[in-house]
Amino acid sequence: MYERIREKLGILADAAKYDVSCSSSGSNRKNENKGIGDAEGTGICHTYTEDGRCVSLLKILLTNHCIFDCAFCVSRRSNDIKRAAFSVEEVVELTMNFYRRNYIEGLFLSSGIFKNADYTMERLVRIVKKLRQEERFNGYIHLKTIPGASDELLREAGLYADRMSINLEMPTENGLKLLAPEKSHAEVKKPLKYIQNNITQFESEKALIKSVPKFVPAGQSTQIVVGATAESDKEIMHTANAFYQNFSLKRVYYSGYIPISNDARLPVIGSQPPLIRENRLYQADWLMRFYGFKVQEILNDLHPNLEADVDPKLSWALRNLDQFPVDINTADYFMILRVPGIGVASALKIVQARKFGRLYENHLRKLGIAFRKARHFIRFADSPMLLKEYEAGHIKGIILSESKSKYQANPNNQLSLF
Amino acid sequence: MELYIFDGSLEGLLTAVFECYQRKSRVVKLVSEIHHVPDVFDAGFRVDSDREKGKRVWKGLCRKLGKEWQLRFYKSFLSEQPEAFQHLLNFARYIIDQPTGAWENFAHPDVLAISQTSQKVHREKHRMEAFIRFQKTADDIYYAHIEPDFDVLPLLPDHFQNRYADQRWIIYDLKRKYGLYYDLEKTEEIELDSAPQMSIVNALPSDLLDSQEALYTLLWQDYFKSTNIQARKNMRLHVRHVPRRYWKYLSEKQDQF
Ligand code: SF4
Repeated sequence: MYERIREKLGILADAAKYDVSCSSSGSNRKNENKGIGDAEGTGICHTYTEDGRCVSLLKILLTNHCIFDCAFCVSRRSNDIKRAAFSVEEVVELTMNFYRRNYIEGLFLSSGIFKNADYTMERLVRIVKKLRQEERFNGYIHLKTIPGASDELLREAGLYADRMSINLEMPTENGLKLLAPEKSHAEVKKPLKYIQNNITQFESEKALIKSVPKFVPAGQSTQIVVGATAESDKEIMHTANAFYQNFSLKRVYYSGYIPISNDARLPVIGSQPPLIRENRLYQADWLMRFYGFKVQEILNDLHPNLEADVDPKLSWALRNLDQFPVDINTADYFMILRVPGIGVASALKIVQARKFGRLYENHLRKLGIAFRKARHFIRFADSPMLLKEYEAGHIKGIILSESKSKYQANPNNQLSLF
Repeated sequence: MELYIFDGSLEGLLTAVFECYQRKSRVVKLVSEIHHVPDVFDAGFRVDSDREKGKRVWKGLCRKLGKEWQLRFYKSFLSEQPEAFQHLLNFARYIIDQPTGAWENFAHPDVLAISQTSQKVHREKHRMEAFIRFQKTADDIYYAHIEPDFDVLPLLPDHFQNRYADQRWIIYDLKRKYGLYYDLEKTEEIELDSAPQMSIVNALPSDLLDSQEALYTLLWQDYFKSTNIQARKNMRLHVRHVPRRYWKYLSEKQDQF
């Protein structure tokens, strides 16, 4: 009797997993009606898959039936696979029962497009509405925007969802046209803009009238598939940057293409997904969002691709040695942030601690910076005298030889190494 | 140097701080009773836990420290680590003696230690919030037991009662033999006469469970497998995020035993 629901979950979770977004952060939904759940703050990863990705939401498709034929997608019309569809009640039951057992932070609901966009979107909206109104569920809901759905449905969806997203898929219009002729970036921009405008409008009304409901409080995100088409890292990050700016996106996700098709336009099945490249893109993304770097500083015509062997922050520093060394005891916070081996938390500690006295090597080591890496770029109270200035290639050589295991062929898809 | 021995309670620790001033002690070594190895040459000073003295010290600290550092102080205490007690005593004296703002001096060994220890305790609290798996019992209570590295139970009520406001739940610490029970109104500390053992498989006997429990455990295990991308498999990263000692909590990991 369990078999039917197990089979559906198997198919529809499997088809949903290529959307890498797992975040359940950025919302501010409280459990005010003594219902169930809340979605505040940073969200929790309740477990990690064996590939090391955070599991915080029940990520499923409503159905994997689809009228489109996007070459990079397992659910494409022409793919000969098992199809399934959940009922509205099944999704609600699964979500509630997983949530009550502390398995998840909420639901990430997406769908293949069956019949037409509005028909699909209407079903999705029905599910989230039922969760919010009948189950009094205040957990996190990430809802996919179905391209081509009507404004009315999008607006209604926004009243129940914490986050909405719609994927760019390929970094450029040409790439997309090649693999998904039925789709376009324009189709993605339209709903992004519509929802962005509504978010702004709801926020300004809420400032005046408290009772105005929430509207997509955790904002919007998108995903770019990496390595399916031939774009450079520069094209990818410049696109990402433009979308951050034009649509106030909260996140851009980069998803290394996993070969799932024998289509001649795509990498063959069995080839390695570009995981190191994906990791480097996330690091570049962090530099833009948290470290005050401009995209042009990281990627430009001279340097159109990120280096595989060193992270983009180190790479930038080595190209700009004239800006170093940075004096830890006097330099501006933003310059300390740019030192390879120093993260946001330790940069803050440094500027706090130096108010009490000059900082020495032993302080810096204890404050949690990657000292061996950073030492090439900083001066501190007991810095050794510099006999000669090293050039970039030499420094890179030292750093690489000291941190071999970390940089070598470890397909690492999460952010950890600055 | 003077040796102070206290009873291991927070009140006792704060009283010890008070006594440092009262007795005009300079360097003080603080140990809790259970860690104390009696020494014929140094009987040490026995700190008598005292509510009033403890309160006065805490108030004094609160005047100097913001909410965040008050919490860090408490979290470090919950680490139950002998070194932490010493650092807490030194830290309290340092904060009281210095002008406000001294907590920003991360180059100071005790400030750094409190910041790091509280971070460890915080991480353990966060792991419990992540890794607890409730099982629904036949009488409608969601039950989970844990064996955390630190005594984090006192840090958990807010999170769980805000989130699971409309269901009754129990979180039980098997190591320290007490738990939290939320009865839809409030959360209370409880002790169970016969708490189940922490089996390697974190499961209550099936006759105590709700009839649907087996289904949802199974569906969760299925989901965990389906959402994995085989081509990206990276067990090193997996184990870094979910250290093996926590697997016993996780129903999705049950088939690993
Ligand atoms: S529309 Fe979406 S589900 Fe359908 S084939 Fe394209 S990417 Fe896949």
